[in-house]
Amino acid sequence: MSTTTEHDDDFDVDDRSLSRFDLVREGARRDGVEIVHYAPKFPVPGTKREKRVVRTVALLFAITGLAALGFLISYIWWPYEYKSGFNINKYYTPMLGITLGLTLLSVGLAIITWGKKLLPDEISVQDRHDQIVDQTERKLTGATMLNMVDELGIARRPLLAKAALLGLAPVGALAAAPLVGGLIKDPHHPDVLVHTGWDNKLTNNGQPIRLVRDDMTPIRPEDISVGGQMTVFPGIPGGNTNDYGDSPTLLIHLRDDDADRLRGNITGQVPANENHMYGNLVAYSKICTHAGCPASLYEQQTSVLLCPCHQSQFNILDNARPIFGPATRRLPMLPLDVDSDGFLIAKSDYQQPVGPGFWERP
Amino acid sequence: MKRRKVDLADLPARSAGEIDDRLQVASPLRRLFNKVFPDHWSFLLGEIALYSFIVLLLTGTFLALFFDPSMQDTKYNGSFIPLRGIDMSGAYRSSLDISFDVRGGLFIRQMHHWAALLFMAAIVMHMLRTFFTGAFRKPRELNWIIGILLFWMGFTEGFAGYSLPDDALSGTGLRIASAIMLSIPIAGTWVTTSLFGGEFPGHVILDRLYIVHVLIIPGVILALIAVHLGLLVKQKHTQWPGPGRTNSNVVGVRMFPGFALKGGGFFMIVFAMIALLGGIFQINPIWLFGPYKAAVVSAASQPDWYVMFLDGSTRLMPAWEFRWHMFGNYYDIPPLFWPTVVLPGILTMLPIFYPFIEARFTKDKAVHHLLQRPRDVPTRTGIGAMAVSFYLVLLVSGGNDVIADKLKISLNAMTWAGRIGLLIIPPLAYYVVYRICLGLQQHDREVLSHGVETGIIRRTPEGRFYEVHQPLGPVDEHGHGELPYAGWVVPKKMNRVGALLPTLRGFFKPVETVEDVENEQSSNAPVSPAPSRHHEIGTGGRS
Repeated sequence: MSTTTEHDDDFDVDDRSLSRFDLVREGARRDGVEIVHYAPKFPVPGTKREKRVVRTVALLFAITGLAALGFLISYIWWPYEYKSGFNINKYYTPMLGITLGLTLLSVGLAIITWGKKLLPDEISVQDRHDQIVDQTERKLTGATMLNMVDELGIARRPLLAKAALLGLAPVGALAAAPLVGGLIKDPHHPDVLVHTGWDNKLTNNGQPIRLVRDDMTPIRPEDISVGGQMTVFPGIPGGNTNDYGDSPTLLIHLRDDDADRLRGNITGQVPANENHMYGNLVAYSKICTHAGCPASLYEQQTSVLLCPCHQSQFNILDNARPIFGPATRRLPMLPLDVDSDGFLIAKSDYQQPVGPGFWERP
Repeated sequence: MKRRKVDLADLPARSAGEIDDRLQVASPLRRLFNKVFPDHWSFLLGEIALYSFIVLLLTGTFLALFFDPSMQDTKYNGSFIPLRGIDMSGAYRSSLDISFDVRGGLFIRQMHHWAALLFMAAIVMHMLRTFFTGAFRKPRELNWIIGILLFWMGFTEGFAGYSLPDDALSGTGLRIASAIMLSIPIAGTWVTTSLFGGEFPGHVILDRLYIVHVLIIPGVILALIAVHLGLLVKQKHTQWPGPGRTNSNVVGVRMFPGFALKGGGFFMIVFAMIALLGGIFQINPIWLFGPYKAAVVSAASQPDWYVMFLDGSTRLMPAWEFRWHMFGNYYDIPPLFWPTVVLPGILTMLPIFYPFIEARFTKDKAVHHLLQRPRDVPTRTGIGAMAVSFYLVLLVSGGNDVIADKLKISLNAMTWAGRIGLLIIPPLAYYVVYRICLGLQQHDREVLSHGVETGIIRRTPEGRFYEVHQPLGPVDEHGHGELPYAGWVVPKKMNRVGALLPTLRGFFKPVETVEDVENEQSSNAPVSPAPSRHHEIGTGGRS
């Protein structure tokens, strides 16, 4: 930018008495850069110190080549297939890491050593040229821009401005429409956040749904030992898959005294949970009411169910009331019964929505 | 006809001339070569972020050739025996295949993950550097804002990335993300079902996250980086105060070859570190977690480190739910909304506006190219310390179950410690750091006015002992130094003012001589060096 740099017009680039560095310095000057200090690192060529640095850089490049070769050899010939047990295949990835790491590290060090130890010392000063605000330039540009408005004549023809605005507004919406329209999905029809796989009208043609294990086998009440717990799924096709991600349920067989305490806490206290237990068996939704993780750490001694994601804790003997952590709602209880074959079934879907809360939660 | 001899020595000049005839690049190219960059170790932090991003692009392209984001159920029959015959999504299966059946796939996958962690860490460190040195001030507010956007883009990109393998850990993360979206008032349910194509998890989310992860966000990040660097070139880099350095110049080395060599070499070293990490240190061993199943989770399921502070805020949040009855319906704001939607919103808006808030309070409208030492701006440094400690409490709380487990502390006690700590530690940090800044300032002034402590004790004829101080410059009639504070390091040790022999490099024995070092120093020093002296000043003061 010749406007920002003053330079000597008498400078003759073809002057044979000028060294190459004179030209460099003049070029820098024209770019607003003054090289104020420039001195070779090794003014006397071939000193021991210089030779040592040169040898170091050369050695680093040699290591680079060898390590790169090592990488290629390991990549191609080191056995990489997975084999169980302890074997050299396990060292495939570390070998690649070490050889590639060494390659890049030595090339990096070589370049940096070259730059720091062998290049001339230099201090250059460049002007910033941003302190002087050129008001003239601003005025000229401003006038040019305002003139665009004049040229369009918006002030003279207000109708055009309004028409253009009105006409273009839908175009903006048009850009967003396919995206929104393609993605949009009504959360309430079907009401996916309220119903789970246990809703037999939706998922099992109104037939009662059995509680099943992960391998889809049904469960008898006596299959679960006293004090024990088991993750159960709705016994419908795909009931144990993520298609019914809101349906995993924790089935707990309480000891007699614990079961009595829970019954005492239900009766009159939480009418929604009345008649949901079957004997000493109780089933709670496994989906945490806080963020939807499976609340799966059950401490039998204290009857506390802990969610490992954010440590919400639920008291099993008090309708899974949240007693610590960020959760605010009880884990809903699944109403249990037994069918004519003696297998556990759900009397109905959960009475409250399972999982994390939302704005329009009923 | 005689064939013309091609003059090989003349060829480069000739072809350069031909190119310039067509493109007229001689002067812009030279201007680029001659661009001056200042040097300081802290300026390299942003470079680390840039280089890790390049590594991410390279490794990510490789992974994309083998990854399949499908959520269709398949049976695994790859070479990892323990998982054979298990039902899993195509995404998890292809992630396992990359880890076990693609030659070098695991290495590239681990490099990709490590590079992502490094990318985010470098962004945070770079941001801290920019904040504490005042580099965000006018005229660089826009670049500061772009930096914050880059952090959140990297955050989202990283989250999308570790959700893709569809292992138990990433599925749990997605489940929480869906709960966070659900917690948004009014629009939450619609946003969630629209993104997931129905109820969580559905069958489309990974396909959508995949295109977000490999195209949309990388594109945005690339564009933001381009503007970020473009502005850096346009506005030129800030510099520390120092000899010859003013607010209207840049002192350093020219871009080519000096700066470019250092930058290129540094890129290689960052790349090397990522390669070593990816090869030697296992990360995200998805085959141990198993496929995602909505009913399965394990304890100590922590997200990547840059997400952990939000996990912490979620854990510390008290169980507060707002629920009211209106127009015959119940309405509800779940507790998840505050720590995961409102807090990140505040944590984005506050820093975005900080440069303008600070300028308003300090009534500072000037353009700044000289950096400030953190101690010289105690209020800002204190605010920064407050922010950092707030963040650290959240980060630690994100792993509070692991800490409770390993150190045998009650989990509930850890949660309460976090809740109380979040309120108490930041103001405490502000106060302590503010006082430390003032103390450091005072010490700088003291050395400027009284000189450097020499360690030499003198006894006057009356028997009084005193320590000899070495003034840094001319003194007034009271013996007080007259040098003003220049906003830069004040030498506080005698060897900093050339009184002691320089430190010689070498691990077991010196690899250089005093002459070597002094020659080097004298050619480095922008000011004329102190007269050379080859012996130390002893306590006798006989020099």
